[in-house]
Amino acid sequence: MSEVWMVSGMFLVTFLVRYLPFGLAGALRIPEPLERALRYVPPAVLMAIVAPAVLMPDGEALHWSWENPHLVGALAAFGVGWWKQNLLLTIVASLAIFFGVRMLLGAA
Amino acid sequence: MNPTPSSEFWAGVRETFPLVVGAIPFGIIFGTLAESGGLSLWAALAFSAIVFAGSAQFIALGMVSAGASWPIIILTTFVVNLRHLLYSTTLLRQVRHLPQRWRVPLAFGLTDETFAVVVRHYELPPASELKHWYYLGSAAFMYLNWQLCTLIGLTFGRLIPGIEHWGLDFAMSASFIGIVVPYLKSRPMFAAALVSGALGVALYDLPNKLGLILATLAGVAIGFLLEGSGNPSKPENRTFAVAGEG
Repeated sequence: MSEVWMVSGMFLVTFLVRYLPFGLAGALRIPEPLERALRYVPPAVLMAIVAPAVLMPDGEALHWSWENPHLVGALAAFGVGWWKQNLLLTIVASLAIFFGVRMLLGAA
Repeated sequence: MNPTPSSEFWAGVRETFPLVVGAIPFGIIFGTLAESGGLSLWAALAFSAIVFAGSAQFIALGMVSAGASWPIIILTTFVVNLRHLLYSTTLLRQVRHLPQRWRVPLAFGLTDETFAVVVRHYELPPASELKHWYYLGSAAFMYLNWQLCTLIGLTFGRLIPGIEHWGLDFAMSASFIGIVVPYLKSRPMFAAALVSGALGVALYDLPNKLGLILATLAGVAIGFLLEGSGNPSKPENRTFAVAGEG
C-alpha cells in the first residue's frame, strides 16, 4: 500500500516542478537578468551531477587516479567532445575507453 | 525548405538519438535492480511510466532498499528534481503561446536530455513557430526508450549475472559531458561548470542531495557575475554551439 503513496507522491512532486512555470506561463514574466542567469543552468547542473559520479564512483571517497575508469572515461569524453564536436561519437568513444580501462585493470 | 510539424518532430527524434543511446544502459540497469531492491513489479513499471525521472528513480530505489519511509523518499525526489524547475523556467518563454494540452505533456517529458537538446534547438535559426513539435519528438523518443529499457531490465536483467557491476552508469556521465562541452565556449560558462563540479563533489555528503542544488546555484551565480563584469562580448555568450548536431 505504501508503494501507491510513494509512487503517487513522486509523480506529483516531479510533475509539479516541471509543470509549474509552464502552467503559469501567461502570468509569469521573467526579468531579463534572471533570463541571462538561467543560461548557466544546464552546464552547472550537469557538472554538479557528473563530477561526483566520476570522481567518487563508489559514492564515498575521491579517486584521483588513472586506475579510476570513470575518471579516465570522463576525461576522454571531454577530449573527444571538444575535438570532434559530435555527441554520439563522444558517448560511444568514451564508453569504449571506459570499458577498455576496466578490462586492463582486470575488473570486467 | 520550410519546417513542417512532421519535419520538426522527426528532427527532434533524430537529434535526441545520441542521448537515447546513453540512456539505454541506465534504463536496463534500473529494471534489473528494481526487484532485488525491494520494488514490486508494478511499482518498478510505474516509476518509469509515471514518474519518468532517471536519477530520482535510482535514488528512490536505493532508499527503498535501505528501508526509508515513503515521505522521506518523496521529499528527496522533490529536491533531486528541483533542477527541473530551472529547466522549465528557462523554456517558459518558448511554450507561453501554446495551449495547456501542449504544455502538460511537454512539461511531463522535460528530462535532462530533452532539455539539453531542445534548448539548443530554440537558440538556433531559423525562428519557427513549430519548434514545440521538435520538443515533442525528443520527449516521446526518450519516453518510449525508457519504458522499453525498464521492461528489458525487468524481464532479462537477471539472466545476466552481475550486470549491475559493469559500471554501465558511466553512460549517463558520458551523455552529460557530451551535452556540457558545447557550452564551454566562454570564460563565464567555463567557470560556472568548474565551480558547480567542484562544489558538487565537496558538498556530496549533504543530506537529500541538497549539495546538487547548492552547487548548481553557486555555478550559475559565478557565471552570471563574471559575465556582468568585464566580458562585454555578450552575443558570444548567447549563442550555443551547433556542436553535436547529428
